[in-house]
Amino acid sequence: MGELAVEKHVKYVLSVEKRKDDFESVVMEHLRMNGAYWGLTTLDMLGKLEMVDRDEIVSWVMQCQHESGGFGGNIGHDPHILYTVSAVQILALFAKIDVLDIDKVSNYISCLQNEDGSFSGDMWGEVDTRFSYIAICSLALLHRLDKIDVEKAVKYIISCKNVDGGFGSIPGAESHAGQIFCCVGALAITGSLHHVDKDLLGWWLCERQVKSGGLNGRPEKLPDVCYSWWVLSSLIMIDRAHWIDKEKLVRFILDCQDKENGGISDRPDDAVDVYHTYFGVAGLSHLEYPGLKPIDPAYALPVDVVNRIFFGK
Amino acid sequence: MESDESQSEWIPLSLRPEWADVRPVPQDDGPNPVVPIAYSDDFAETMDYFRAVYLADERSHRALHLTAEAILFNAGNYTVWQFRRLILEALKTDLHEELNFVDFVARENSKNYQIWHHRRWVAEKLGTDAMRRELEFTKRIFSQDAKNYHAWSHRQWVLQALGGWEDELAYCQQLLEDDIFNNSAWNQRYFVVTRSPLLGGLEAMRESEVRYAVEAILTKPENESSWRYLRGLYKDNAKSWVNDPQVSSVCLKVLTSKNNYLFALGMLLDLLCLGFEPSQELKNAVDALNYESDPSDSNLAKTVSSILEHVDPMRVNYWKWRGSTVPHKRV
Repeated sequence: MGELAVEKHVKYVLSVEKRKDDFESVVMEHLRMNGAYWGLTTLDMLGKLEMVDRDEIVSWVMQCQHESGGFGGNIGHDPHILYTVSAVQILALFAKIDVLDIDKVSNYISCLQNEDGSFSGDMWGEVDTRFSYIAICSLALLHRLDKIDVEKAVKYIISCKNVDGGFGSIPGAESHAGQIFCCVGALAITGSLHHVDKDLLGWWLCERQVKSGGLNGRPEKLPDVCYSWWVLSSLIMIDRAHWIDKEKLVRFILDCQDKENGGISDRPDDAVDVYHTYFGVAGLSHLEYPGLKPIDPAYALPVDVVNRIFFGK
Repeated sequence: MESDESQSEWIPLSLRPEWADVRPVPQDDGPNPVVPIAYSDDFAETMDYFRAVYLADERSHRALHLTAEAILFNAGNYTVWQFRRLILEALKTDLHEELNFVDFVARENSKNYQIWHHRRWVAEKLGTDAMRRELEFTKRIFSQDAKNYHAWSHRQWVLQALGGWEDELAYCQQLLEDDIFNNSAWNQRYFVVTRSPLLGGLEAMRESEVRYAVEAILTKPENESSWRYLRGLYKDNAKSWVNDPQVSSVCLKVLTSKNNYLFALGMLLDLLCLGFEPSQELKNAVDALNYESDPSDSNLAKTVSSILEHVDPMRVNYWKWRGSTVPHKRV
């Protein structure tokens, strides 16, 4: 197992560009904006954000903006709220939110709210509590939450609560740790956590830890490093993170490293990717692993970035 | 149609006469891309032609075929799917054909968001005509992956928007016979019991569902899902949960078996904290599991939580907290 291979992971994130023709690059092309957010936030947590060219990245991000105000996953791609939040988060990392036409971006997001308070991901109308979180998180970072009907947004999220205390993507859908993160995060940002049954949900979440120490996203599913983030962030937001065995989880995440070439995978001995590398490092940051910047469980950005935005520090 | 095309030898677009008039547009990654991407040549060429028709907003048959090719290379490209919908609308294509295409793509990519979103868009346009086919489609997906989250959302949407509730409870039963640990099937069962217009709601279904859940618990007492289902049947009605003898009796049965009794202890603890009066038999069953703490502890809930601390060490802090919140009451 050993320790976190910081230098290797930095090298891995920076060198994704040099690996040619692999499967990951092809499937990532359309969501490069998300990939950039995962990679850059990982670098920041590792204290190495200065190794990239800030101006170049900011200029690329801005080239992905569509005339509607939303961002695409890459230059020339259609806008979607999934990429818009990553764009806002990347600009936040670099303290560059001021390059945005904030009204334009926030108009794009607020127009995606539906009559029942839910959010669609784009003009085609798919509804999912993931999009509620994204809208609320982005608008909060832009100081524009007043542009949406927060009360209705909260009401919709509550309608997705299940009898096990968890949340699903739409009313009636199964509780899922990823969706729970989105719902709890949105409720945390809007000051509405009193709607969560914290003890019941906390128990459901800590039942996600399996023998290996890893966390799964639903009962009887395999553990996956990404749930270190979804489950642990949710537990932190409802103040129940001490209900899991943290040491065992640290060991599980460290076991998922590629110690030769860097990067973290979903489970020990699987292939690494930038998504799981981010979630592994972010999980370790939540677990107070030495040498990592703390990350905010709701905004999914380093705490110093969030402080800068909300407290001007 | 398009699906056959993928099986035959792939011919570069630059060599196809019907594309001779189109000038491909290469991807603009900017000078030094942040997360630069390497592509295979065939895929890159297809995308170059796609960008050309997309920028020209060419809603033609050949553009439709091209989107199919691009999707077969990478089913995750959101813009390609979106443009495909615009073309389908412009050409008034037979949407049953389109479902065939999605069937084909979904064989390899059943966890891809775009596919499900597209499928829903098509089914919505076809209306109740599509109901049987959509229910069958999701069944086929579940035969490969019975917990596919997208497929479950799609199926719930079909039931609510297009109907088809008649056989749903039986279908849940069948899935649970295949795998009693399938939490998605338990969730669907709850969805049907609480939302089907044919069943009369939770109150009307409670008795038979409690019997079903109890039986499932006794088969596999280590199953988190069946215990949570049982609890869910008393939603907003904690009193009947505490007072229903079937609930305490299933706890007792599992505890006396001395096997896989963790969830039984957890539920007993819930009941005790809500004022449940345990029988002597239950007290004896708990004492028989208590190797650690003082057996004469007069507070059964405290004893239960301390046993749980020992048998579930990963969650020791949770059970400690549960023990600390046990109400003080008469002996």
